[in-house]
Amino acid sequence: MSGEAAAMAIPPHPASDPARPLVEVRGVVKHFDLGGHFLQRERPTVKAINDVSLTVRRGEAFCLVGESGCGKSTLARIVMGLLTPTAGEIHFDGTRIDGLRHKARMPFHRRMQMIFQNPYASLNPRRTVQQTLEEPLRFHSPALSDAEVKAKVEQVMVSVGNDPSWGNRYPHEFSGGQRQRISIARALMVDPDFVVADEPISALDVSIQAQVLNVMMDTREKLDLTYLFITHDLSVVRHFGTRVGVMYLGTVCELADTATLFENPRHPYTRILLSAIPRVSTEEMQPPGLPGEVPSAMNLPSGCVFHDRCPLANARCSAEVPKPLPQADGTLVACHAVEEGRETPGG
Amino acid sequence: MNRLAVFFGSDFLYRFRRDPVAVGAFSVVAFFMLAALFAPLLSSMNPHDPAQLDIMNSEIPPAWQDGGEEAFPLGTDAQGRDMLSAILYGLRISITIGIFAVMVQMALGIVIGLVSGYLGGKVDAFFMRLADIQLAMSTLMLAIVALAVFQAAFGAELFADMAIVMLVLVIGIAEWPQYARTIRASVLAERKKEYVDAARVIGLSAPVIMARHILPNTLSPLLVISTVQVANAIISEAALSFLGLGMPVTMPSLGSLISAGFEYIFSGAWWITTIPAIVLIVLILSINLLGDWLRDVLNPRLYKG
Repeated sequence: MSGEAAAMAIPPHPASDPARPLVEVRGVVKHFDLGGHFLQRERPTVKAINDVSLTVRRGEAFCLVGESGCGKSTLARIVMGLLTPTAGEIHFDGTRIDGLRHKARMPFHRRMQMIFQNPYASLNPRRTVQQTLEEPLRFHSPALSDAEVKAKVEQVMVSVGNDPSWGNRYPHEFSGGQRQRISIARALMVDPDFVVADEPISALDVSIQAQVLNVMMDTREKLDLTYLFITHDLSVVRHFGTRVGVMYLGTVCELADTATLFENPRHPYTRILLSAIPRVSTEEMQPPGLPGEVPSAMNLPSGCVFHDRCPLANARCSAEVPKPLPQADGTLVACHAVEEGRETPGG
Repeated sequence: MNRLAVFFGSDFLYRFRRDPVAVGAFSVVAFFMLAALFAPLLSSMNPHDPAQLDIMNSEIPPAWQDGGEEAFPLGTDAQGRDMLSAILYGLRISITIGIFAVMVQMALGIVIGLVSGYLGGKVDAFFMRLADIQLAMSTLMLAIVALAVFQAAFGAELFADMAIVMLVLVIGIAEWPQYARTIRASVLAERKKEYVDAARVIGLSAPVIMARHILPNTLSPLLVISTVQVANAIISEAALSFLGLGMPVTMPSLGSLISAGFEYIFSGAWWITTIPAIVLIVLILSINLLGDWLRDVLNPRLYKG
């Protein structure tokens, strides 16, 4: 494998080209085989992700939004190497990392970390906070002395707003928000460049959400982190994100800067999504007009996956899969209606 | 010690003290364990040493019966062995075989259960079908076949020397599916939790994740089946010895004592077979009661039957 040799040659933290995108997802497809009966000719598969491409630039807080089951978390797991893509490539800082063997992947484990959705499941209940935090550091830098490791744990704990004296306690002694901050601290222990956060605040109380979000924003500035932030909460996107990808049923339908997306949504799905944000206003709210339910990922609609719920759909939409096309302001939109300029209803 | 203080203040100990059945069962098991451990100090003779046996002392009834002697509180067997000494030494052998057989089961079961639960797919299917096949045959049947073949192939003399090792191995290997299935079930539940993904994101290898992260979280069901399995192993050993495939009469376990005394039960020497049998029953009952209590306390959800 030639990629392996190239990967091994990379030093742990190279001064790499800042113009190069940090993470590139190229044409990723993920189908889950559901087994089925062995006599069945066509085995049932869940088509979780269908040809998704996106790039995350250095220093960005890239947000991926979409409904439950649209493939956001699957994509995050593929980027982290927890799942292998059925097709497509993942590049990190210019190196292809999907399909790398365990050893060859090691430098990337150090540079990419993940924060999980459920703070009650993401910390091992049998290990103290200190053990949990020390593990990644001792694994990746075995040469460090005990004192150095302790100092680093303390420094990281303080940086995420935790009391460093928590070390000897077990996860069940903490609240959800505290656990999530411990989880963030664990991800930051190895000084990563890139952090994937898979709905890190959706399991928390609303009062704690802002606090955890602020910790993540602070660390992004202080440590020059790049985030891939998975969420279904559009107000979080507005607060946190620099760029947004909107996903629907395993495809990216719109990719834009946060400000552009909220000012001028193009894709019909994005428009309906934005119109569904609850707000306090004197005007009477239009109920978001989205008929039907999300189709099953086992049996995808032909053509554009959104066509049977789209107010702008025509014959072409049900026959041909739309390609993401760049707009004048750099936004990528995958929609025949936008391409053809027939955006009359909705608006 | 901090850990000791935590243990004494724990809910576990509180519930133990409040449950008379648990306290009773634990006391009985501890009593038998200590008696087995200190058997050479407690007994008046070494029943394994033929030089200490006097055939003139054979079939003396227990001390409280007519014709009983103070020197033999529980009477003697057909060879003139002091029953109390024989039972203490037999207890020693039975418990040793039980514990070591469970250690063999545990080692096999943990490795197979972790690997098939964590890797899943074909590996899992292979091991679990193997376990199904083995469970379809009774432990005793497998053990009888294995021991009989060994005895026939290598002769009774070598078999007598190797009996303990053979029994440990046979009982250990025959019962691994119990452990493997229990461990696998907990691994399947733990594997889906995000802390396992977090360990993978760090870059830890699969064996490290299994040993360091998953195994500690499967320990409570393991503790529960271990108690039950020790009892099962002791019973299996007794059954095999009773059938003449276990410990030889020169080095009797509880099972071989029962078996040896069985021939004399109709000639009036009831104590040779009855007293070891009562000891065995009380021991097994106590271990099982303790195991049941542990199961209820530790994790009522994880372990069934």
